[in-house]
Amino acid sequence: MAYRHVVGPRTHVFADLATLMAKATPVRSGDRLAGIAAESAEENAAARWCLAEVPLSEILARPLIPYEVDDVTRLILDTHDAAAFKEISHLTVGDFREFLLTATPDVLTRIAPGVTPEIAAAVSKIMRNQDLISVARKVRVVTRFRNTIGLAGTLAVRLQPNHPTDDPKGITAAILDGLILGCGDAVIGINPASDSVQALGDLLHLLDGLIRKHAIPTQACVLTHVTTTLAAMERGLPVDLVFQSVAGTEKANAGFGVTLALLKEAHEAALALKRGPLGDNCMYFETGQGSALSADAHHGIDQQTLEARAYAVARPFRPLLVNTVVGFIGPEYLYDGKEIIRAGLEDHFCGKLMGVPLGVDVCYTNHAEADQDDMDTLLTLLGAAGCTYIMGVPGADDVMLNYQSTSFHDSLYLREVLGLKRAPEFEAWLYGIGLTDAAGALLPGSGAPLLTAAPDLAA
Amino acid sequence: MSDPREIWARLAGLTPARIGLGRAGSGLPTREVLRFGLDHAQARDAVHAPIDAEALAGAIADLGFATIPVASKAPDRATYLRRPDLGRRLNPEDLAKLQAAAEPADLALVVADGLSARAVQENAAPLLKAFKPLAEKASWCLAPVVIASQARVALGDTIGEALKARAVAVLIGERPGLSSPDSLGIYLTLNPKIGRSDAERNCISNVRAAGLTHDKAAFKLRWLLARALTLGLSGVTLKDESDRALESGAASPALSDSTTG
Repeated sequence: MAYRHVVGPRTHVFADLATLMAKATPVRSGDRLAGIAAESAEENAAARWCLAEVPLSEILARPLIPYEVDDVTRLILDTHDAAAFKEISHLTVGDFREFLLTATPDVLTRIAPGVTPEIAAAVSKIMRNQDLISVARKVRVVTRFRNTIGLAGTLAVRLQPNHPTDDPKGITAAILDGLILGCGDAVIGINPASDSVQALGDLLHLLDGLIRKHAIPTQACVLTHVTTTLAAMERGLPVDLVFQSVAGTEKANAGFGVTLALLKEAHEAALALKRGPLGDNCMYFETGQGSALSADAHHGIDQQTLEARAYAVARPFRPLLVNTVVGFIGPEYLYDGKEIIRAGLEDHFCGKLMGVPLGVDVCYTNHAEADQDDMDTLLTLLGAAGCTYIMGVPGADDVMLNYQSTSFHDSLYLREVLGLKRAPEFEAWLYGIGLTDAAGALLPGSGAPLLTAAPDLAA
Repeated sequence: MSDPREIWARLAGLTPARIGLGRAGSGLPTREVLRFGLDHAQARDAVHAPIDAEALAGAIADLGFATIPVASKAPDRATYLRRPDLGRRLNPEDLAKLQAAAEPADLALVVADGLSARAVQENAAPLLKAFKPLAEKASWCLAPVVIASQARVALGDTIGEALKARAVAVLIGERPGLSSPDSLGIYLTLNPKIGRSDAERNCISNVRAAGLTHDKAAFKLRWLLARALTLGLSGVTLKDESDRALESGAASPALSDSTTG
């Protein structure tokens, strides 16, 4: 069914819902690359007027990718919570925006299982950045493994101590630096340079040893392919969290070498290990706008909507952490600082609205038109939006993956200007070893308490 | 215990990561803000520098390889950055050139500028030099080395197919990091043809003097190719366990004279 909107003498026609949603999306390079972006500013605005009139029930009734051809569509529809949806089923997209702006946190939690990714994406397209921030801020998604992540007024940090050759001493040095700057409550997560099971085992033992020896209330992860982590679990290696990159279509996931069944198998294997004393959220997913187009698996759907579908892939596995790696993919998908900032806020909003514990890797590559000032802006906005976690990379420079993310210092800045706390268990640990004061502020010095408490780290 | 400053100096020597930077309040000291800005400027410049295909062809020919220069459909850097699809497609005029040179081979080697011509300029010839004796020992038949400009990884699928190779290894400039504007990646794909997905490739990354050395990278490539040809597959189902082979002393003689640089 075609959609129409009249602007003065011109009638804008949109062939179907996928076209309408693509044309209504704030313009970005990836949708242009796919040939589906609005061709004029007026067409973009007209599509938003038109999209605002579409009933949510119609979006639910018209899957963008047919049920028969895509297992992500099947997952979305088969697990849709009709009871939760009932509360919003009478609304149009435009009404839904106003509903969200006035809703209480409890209402947002209640409707989350009824919000499909297409509904979240549709409403985000007619929302300004401030709407995306103020609604996301009200949503609480709390997860637990060895600590509690996502409580109101908190921000967690993934300590990302990557090393170009996985050198254990170099990785340990970066972990020490991060801990001393008060980071690591979300996870200590290494992107390994090697994808061998043996290298994975060495890193898993390294992290497990550190966490046990110093009783750090956090979890470890080595971010390698799910099949490699499965092999590691079969060999009895200490796996806290199973990691996998996921995308919003069956074909894009195939491009990552994963299926829903494979994720289920890995989830069950990790649950069986029962390594989380506080909770059993044991999956960690990464996503990012543009991955489906990159894999030639986008079905003519805009990249922001497909990104929200990736959160639908993550949602049934009750993950501890999910983050969009918003500026990693490059300028062909998000061209500059403005596009990266908008995408980061959209992704965070859609994830939270769907009940997923969304963090953001606030980042850019050297071939994008972006710099540290753009990252400061997005970081600050996400802090205001109640983002679950950010990355902590030494000096913001990832020397293995070759991109710039946020630094340990950046998290200190955000805590200072917005008064954000760490996961409570981690905050108590830092205080207990004498690194922070009772309010969670770092004490002066060069981390001597931790260096003293853990001479092996600095040896 | 010793002075924390001494400890930090020692720790900083263990990793190229920016650790022990100190702080001014919650922020970085001025020197670190300025150092980051300069490094970013240099990485930006590396992205936009063009490849010197002639010099590269000369260095590779000196190793005893025939070379064929090709280009993708992306006419310039600005287009290349916005249109990865064009960087994956071969300039039609070059296809005939490849087909004319095609003879059944075990491996096609493609040297591609990717996002850092500097990485290719500095690392491709040393890597090929280390790999050549390993390939000879394995009695592999190598196709001419293709030097591709404005190229993405998947361009290797078209090239490998045109050259009738059983596998293709694309040596490509990785996107420059602040501390590594010179990092080379190697992507191995069995039975190359248009439409292969990234899950069907094995990757060896960070090949450079200060990262994975040329000799070790060559050994890994030899190991992966041997496995891929034996098993008839590449990608996520082919696990890289070459480290074990390296440690158990199965390393090639080429490694005995490797440098640690």
